[in-house]
Amino acid sequence: MSTTDQSPGMASDTFEDPGVPTHHRPRLADNDPKAAKRAERQVAALFGISALGTVLAIWAYFTQDIDAADVATIRQANLLIGLGICLAMMGIGLGAIHWAKTLMRDHEMVEERHAMRSSDETRAAAIQDLKDGAADSGIGVGRRGLLKGSLITALAIAPLSLLVPQIGSMGAPWNVDQFRHTMWRAGMRLTRDPDGSPIKAADVTIGSVFHVIPDGLYEESHPLEEKAKAVVLLIRLDPRDLNIRPGRETWSFDGIVAYSKICTHVGCPVALYEQQTHHLLCPCHQSTFDVANGCKVVFGPAKRPLPQLPIAVDDEGYIIAQRDFEEPIGPSYWDRLKGTPFTEEGGE
Amino acid sequence: MASTVGRAVGATASYVDDRTSIAGFVKFFSRKLFPDHWSFMLGEVALYSFIILLLSGVFLTAYFVPSVTPVIYEGDFVTMKGVEMSEAFASTLHTSFEVPGGLLMRQIHHWSALLFTAAIVTHMCRVFFTGAFRKPREINWLVGFTLMILSLAAGFTGYSLPDDVLSGNGLRIIDGVTRSIPIIGTYTSYWLFGGEFPGEALIPRLFTAHILLVPGLILGLIALHLFLVFLHKHTQYPGGGRTHRNVVGLPLFPVYTAKAGGFFFVVFGVVALVSAVFTINPVWNYGPYDPSPVSAGTQPDWYILFIDGGLRMMPGWIGSLPSEWVIGGYTLSWNVLVPAVIVPGIFFGFLALYPWLEAWATGDRGEKHVLDRPRNAPVRTSIGVALVTFYVILVLEGSNDIVANLFHMSLNDLTNFFRVSVFLLPILSFLVTRRICYGLQRKDRELVLHGHETGRIVRHEHGEYIEVHQPLTDQEVWLRVSFDDIAPLEIDPEYNERGVRRRGHRWSRFKQGLSSFYFEKRVSPVTPAEREEAMHSHH
Repeated sequence: MSTTDQSPGMASDTFEDPGVPTHHRPRLADNDPKAAKRAERQVAALFGISALGTVLAIWAYFTQDIDAADVATIRQANLLIGLGICLAMMGIGLGAIHWAKTLMRDHEMVEERHAMRSSDETRAAAIQDLKDGAADSGIGVGRRGLLKGSLITALAIAPLSLLVPQIGSMGAPWNVDQFRHTMWRAGMRLTRDPDGSPIKAADVTIGSVFHVIPDGLYEESHPLEEKAKAVVLLIRLDPRDLNIRPGRETWSFDGIVAYSKICTHVGCPVALYEQQTHHLLCPCHQSTFDVANGCKVVFGPAKRPLPQLPIAVDDEGYIIAQRDFEEPIGPSYWDRLKGTPFTEEGGE
Repeated sequence: MASTVGRAVGATASYVDDRTSIAGFVKFFSRKLFPDHWSFMLGEVALYSFIILLLSGVFLTAYFVPSVTPVIYEGDFVTMKGVEMSEAFASTLHTSFEVPGGLLMRQIHHWSALLFTAAIVTHMCRVFFTGAFRKPREINWLVGFTLMILSLAAGFTGYSLPDDVLSGNGLRIIDGVTRSIPIIGTYTSYWLFGGEFPGEALIPRLFTAHILLVPGLILGLIALHLFLVFLHKHTQYPGGGRTHRNVVGLPLFPVYTAKAGGFFFVVFGVVALVSAVFTINPVWNYGPYDPSPVSAGTQPDWYILFIDGGLRMMPGWIGSLPSEWVIGGYTLSWNVLVPAVIVPGIFFGFLALYPWLEAWATGDRGEKHVLDRPRNAPVRTSIGVALVTFYVILVLEGSNDIVANLFHMSLNDLTNFFRVSVFLLPILSFLVTRRICYGLQRKDRELVLHGHETGRIVRHEHGEYIEVHQPLTDQEVWLRVSFDDIAPLEIDPEYNERGVRRRGHRWSRFKQGLSSFYFEKRVSPVTPAEREEAMHSHH
């Protein structure tokens, strides 16, 4: 039940709509010609300011030379051209609104609405038109089923002729097995990111952390994609603090451990190391991994520990990988535990 | 009109009309009435910031190179000299530092993108809280809803184009989220990136989406949105003489041509001012994308924060229960799927379908052109506030490191607090808002029955003190009594008089339940009889 639907004065259990207020609060310019003249001058002044703003913007464009070596010049040109545009726009806008508010007639008017629904006659006529058309085409109700069926089938499958090549090519060569392996191989040196210099075990002091890329990364055909999977954090803990997981006794070297830098949540680089607590923190969503305990999750949205890279030290004292990671690095996906198995040496 | 100019205008108009019968359109549009209210300008802000986006975007396309081919930066910006970067990033630096006005255009483009999404969301709130989505505007609500989703797509595709460290990590998160989708996720990610992340295909693909596909769709839907606004005529707030069958307002020409047209220039002016003064997205400080580095305090643009907040909030372990399951060798990552896919899906699905939900509850088939004051639809208003609360908690969680840092709190405690409050606070805010709405409605009743307090104390001859109340004017009364007093639906019994079960009874029961949830408790408007009685009892 709606009170507003009642016609005025019909029932006593609803109030009467008083109608659109007839009183109109006069504005200064409505009765005072001087005020009207003043408002007109104000509007004109605002339009004038706009023109000056345009001049300012163009002047600044031609006179404010910018030099990438000196950021101050860029900042100044940015400021002056921007202020010019601001005044050019604001002047027009405020002028027009001031004009509307002070000088244009402000008596509200009333207009009737029409119901959205078409009249019954129009509806009937529309349906008749469609029926006539259908009859003309010969596919009236219950007729030419073969024609209808074949047309609908053709229309339904025709998009596939475009979509299949489109989707098929955009994802070619569909080698999702690439997600499962990185470029780490047995004997490959761990090198510093980004300069690529190898790391001696002796250089890794207790409590220090190295951001690591595989040796020879930049010779790869797709270095960025390889880097996105292969980046590693190399950390040395006091061996007494390190709880080595059973079966991984040979994966570390005298307290030095290497873990994938790619978060097992959604793949951000786990870049922050807190020396005191041995915690690694992902700045994107704050998954926290405990390096002392096999990088298991202690807080945040990740579920799995960071994958560990088995390392050793070569004859020259440099840290090397024993093989690839034993599981796919980075975020989980549906078939992450399917696909080609991991071999002893790592890689395919 | 005897002047030369007047004659020229007349001749041109006649020339055009002879060939287009445009006079009909002019007659139809020029004196069309629009009701006046400040909240109607929110949609205008969205429209105008989109126009600014098109204008500044055209400028940027003249310089941006959508390619990840590596180049060595040879420009004059000192800190990037000799750094290897993609052409996309290098061209962004070039636009910023070597094209006069280029940095300003980038900042205008980015600021107006933030304004565009913000204006859409605020406009949507206005439409929701005033019930402007009711019949006949349900379809236009859906059009607007789609525009909102497209604005997020437009924003995110553009944000990713400069190929800087921050946006690159954003794309990496998108990759992680895509991969979490069961069965097709792995292949969808491979398809999207044209291979492994980051690949060489994505930036050009995003560019096409950002400058052609998404804005094209937005443009088309804006045309449809505005066409429907004209067709339906604008809604109006309640007041004397405003009914569901008329529109009270001022004509498009000249008043709204000046006000709304002028307002475009004001919005542009404000965006230009902000862009002249405040730096946004200084990609030259972040550096080109590299999969290894990331800094603390990384955040997406504001409109993506709610998804990022969800990702931060959902724990990997709930006690000893893992949120990633392996079933039959296949991995299911609830910790990504729930916050980034399922919850936004339900949230947006609910929003899209809300007009129908409420129509079932009211059972009202009439066209509604007079808006509700939010207090007069207590349950709707409370649902809206609960949704906003939920959203705001996700946004705050999306900035949890910054919030924790700002207030010197433990990040973990703050996250745990949000993990609980994301369930509790929406319910609490629903209850509190409903309480406030009923309170405001009762206050309205009070005013209608007894009038304004004047603060004037009068002593009667027999010693009684009373405060004089000033009765409300007809207009004031009408504003407070002219809302729809909707009673809960009543349905036919399950079995008819011959003992036969009615078809569709279950559906009716659902609608009845919904209806009583909305309208069981309600404050009805004052009737004239009640007012009469209240007035008399005081004299």
